[in-house]
This record gives sequence, structure tokens and C-alpha cells, in this order.
Amino acid sequence: MTRVVVIDHGAGNLVSIAQGLSRAGAQVDVVDDPSGIGNAAGIVLPGVGTTGAAMERLASAGLVEPLRQWDRPLLGICVGLQLFFDHSEEDGTDALGIIPGRVQLLEGAPLLPHIGWNDVTFEPDPLFSGVAPDATFYFVHSFAGVPDDESVVIARTEYGKPFVAATRTGNRVGVQFHPERSGSAGLQMLANFVSECEEASDVA
Amino acid sequence: MLRKRVIPCLDVTEGRVVKGVNFVNLTDEGDPVELAERYVREGADEICFLDITASSDNRETMLDVVRRTAEHVFVPLTVGGGIRAVADMRAVLRAGADKVSVNTAAVLDPGLIDQCAAAFGSQCVVLAVDAKQVDEGSWEVYIHGGRTPTGKDAVEWIIEAVSRGAGEILLTSMDRDGTKDGYDLALLEAVRKAVSVPVIASGGAGTIEHCVDALQPGRADAVLAASIFHRKEIEIEDLKEGLVAAGIPARITR
Repeated sequence: MTRVVVIDHGAGNLVSIAQGLSRAGAQVDVVDDPSGIGNAAGIVLPGVGTTGAAMERLASAGLVEPLRQWDRPLLGICVGLQLFFDHSEEDGTDALGIIPGRVQLLEGAPLLPHIGWNDVTFEPDPLFSGVAPDATFYFVHSFAGVPDDESVVIARTEYGKPFVAATRTGNRVGVQFHPERSGSAGLQMLANFVSECEEASDVA
Repeated sequence: MLRKRVIPCLDVTEGRVVKGVNFVNLTDEGDPVELAERYVREGADEICFLDITASSDNRETMLDVVRRTAEHVFVPLTVGGGIRAVADMRAVLRAGADKVSVNTAAVLDPGLIDQCAAAFGSQCVVLAVDAKQVDEGSWEVYIHGGRTPTGKDAVEWIIEAVSRGAGEILLTSMDRDGTKDGYDLALLEAVRKAVSVPVIASGGAGTIEHCVDALQPGRADAVLAASIFHRKEIEIEDLKEGLVAAGIPARITR
């Protein structure tokens, strides 16, 4: 069975993420320190709250380096994706730095936070396999990543102005919305990630 | 395009959904997890649980309801009632809620909003306000489930709460609650003008037209209702289609 770990860094709803992954056939372990990662086929890095608070918790748990070096599938969700970038303007925090770029306040947004179901325009990518082009996803955030290299972007959403809704750099994928709160389309994406973990561990 | 949201609200006590008038003559309306699942199948964009007992000895029962719901329902879940401290909020979030609403405790100790927003981010902190009209264009905040007037002006309180970190406003008109005469549109407009966080309209929904009115530009971003959905007076799917027909962006799942 494919073992996927969900990083618990102290805040947020992990119940639905874990449930969504296990429905897709994964063995899910929620872990809060590096020893729990072990031989996992993939890692999910969730996140609510601020990047600063999240980085502090990851640092005190000794998870920063293990996440930076992880080369198997990694899925960042919401603040989890924002942590991939070099720096967040939310509280002037340096983040994991695995995607060159910055996290900035949504520019031109009618209201903040951006809360609710919105369209996502995505490019062909295994993460979106089987997802209907007109599916909507649940967002709740005020900041979003702005990568230096546009080629990492696999999906965009418009709220006032277009912003980055999903990225891929090799095995590392990130989504600004919450697949675990986006009904059947979101569950499909979690299942796609589990498949990616399975395939990666078969190769290894 | 960002969709306007339809949010069924479930009053929960001792692990069951109940309905009554002014918290008396409560009738058992069923299992919260089953009802939440039904609403999501019917197109609910979000689920709201209000713990109406909220005495500390029942916290575990409520957390169990939240946990079981989060395992079965894959849309956002807001939970309110009895949140008095950061620790209460953490317990509810860890059980599987996405947002937590604060009401009475925030009025009595506004610093609670700052603490919760600092700990979990503004996007998790919903300020619930029970407002009663005192004059044209002015509303007073009530607490303790609408039993205690506070002398606070609702719009001023909401401005303060947003500056402290509330990320969304759940705005209930006590005058309209239970009347099915429509939402208090003047209240929605006054709050929309005052703050730039999302506003959820509550109290007074009786027809699809009421929801269309509340979701017009310059008013609310979401509509919340309880009894009209429980009793199937309005089917959520019909409401969503009615919104789209009236030119309001809504998420169609049928």
C-alpha cells in the first residue's frame, strides 16, 4: 500500500485531507517530526494561517531541511504551496525556497480574503487528470505565489486579476485552493496525487 | 468568476440537529452528519454548525460531530457556539472545521479576535453578529443568543472586529430571523460599505427572490438559512438555478 504522510504543523483541518487520501487507497500517517516520514512515497504539506507561523513550526520540528531535500512527490496545499517560495510578503518571512519567487498580497482583489468557489484554468498535467474543465474549487486566502519562472505554473484563477492557482516543479506540486474542500473534483486531484506517489515508488 | 455561496446552517445540541423558535420547543431534525451529507449532495457550498448548547461539558460531543462530518463531507465547514479561547478554536479546527465563528466571547473580550487571527490566520475567524434595528440605518449588537443587548453599534463593532483580524462576517438580522420576510438589505448594505471582507447574510430567507436580493452587488457574498432547507421549502439546487437565472454567479452541481 502506498504510504503518504501529511505534515501536521499545528493548525488546520487535516481530517478531510487524510480521509481524501485514504479513500484513494493510500495508507495515511499524520506526522509532526522528521522521523515519521520514513519510507513514505509522498508528502502532503497542508497549511492555514500565516507563512511566518508555519515556517516557525516547521523549523522547531526540524522539518525544514527534510522538506527541502525531499525529491519524491510532494503536494503543497494553500499556505503549503506558499511555503515553496523564497519569501512571503505576508510577514516578511523566508520560506522553503524550492520555487524561486515571492508570495504577495492578491493584487486588484475586490474583497479580501478571497473566499469561495472559483474557476481554475489548468494546463494538461497528471494532477488535473479526469477533472472537468468547468470544475470549481474552494479558495480561502489573501496571498498567492508569484514565481520568477512562469513555466512552473500549471493553473491560474482570476479574482480581480489572474493569479497562480497551481504549480509543478518535477515531483513537487502545489495548489492554492483546497482540494479536500472542493467536492468530487478535489477528491479526484487527491487520488491523482496518490497515483503519482504509487508510480514514483514503483520506479524507485 | 467567484461564485456567491449558499450555506445551510444546522443548530446542533447533544449531537443532534434541532430546530425551535427562540431556543424553545426544540424538535429533533436528525443526525448532523447525515443532514450535512444530504445538503452537499444537493449543492450546498459550505456547511455551518452552530453548537447551541455550548456548555463546556458537551464540547466533546460537538467535536465528535465535527470529526465525523469532516470525514464524510468535502466542502468547507464553519463551526460556532461556545468558542471562548484560542484553545477552543484549535480543538474545533483540529477536529476538521475550516472556519470558526465567534460571537458573545468576542464582544466580551475583543482581544480574542486578535489572538485567534494571529494563531490561525484571519481566513479562519468568522465574526458572527446578531443585530437588531434601533433606528433607520442603525443596529445594536445582541449577545447570549440574542438575549442580551450590548449598547454597541453593529457597524462600528464590525469595523473594529475586522481591524482586529476577523476575515468574514456572519450577519444575522434579529428583526428578520424566522419571519421569512427577506433579509435586512439595508443592514447588508451598511456593513458592505463599512468593511471589505466577505459578508454572509442570515435571518429572513423565505424565497429564492430573497436570496437574489441579498446577493446583489453591494450586499452579501453568501446567504445562510436553516429552516427553509431543513423542511425542503426551498431545495438548494432550485435556489442555485434561480440565482443563475437571475444573473448571480452560483456553483451548479446538478
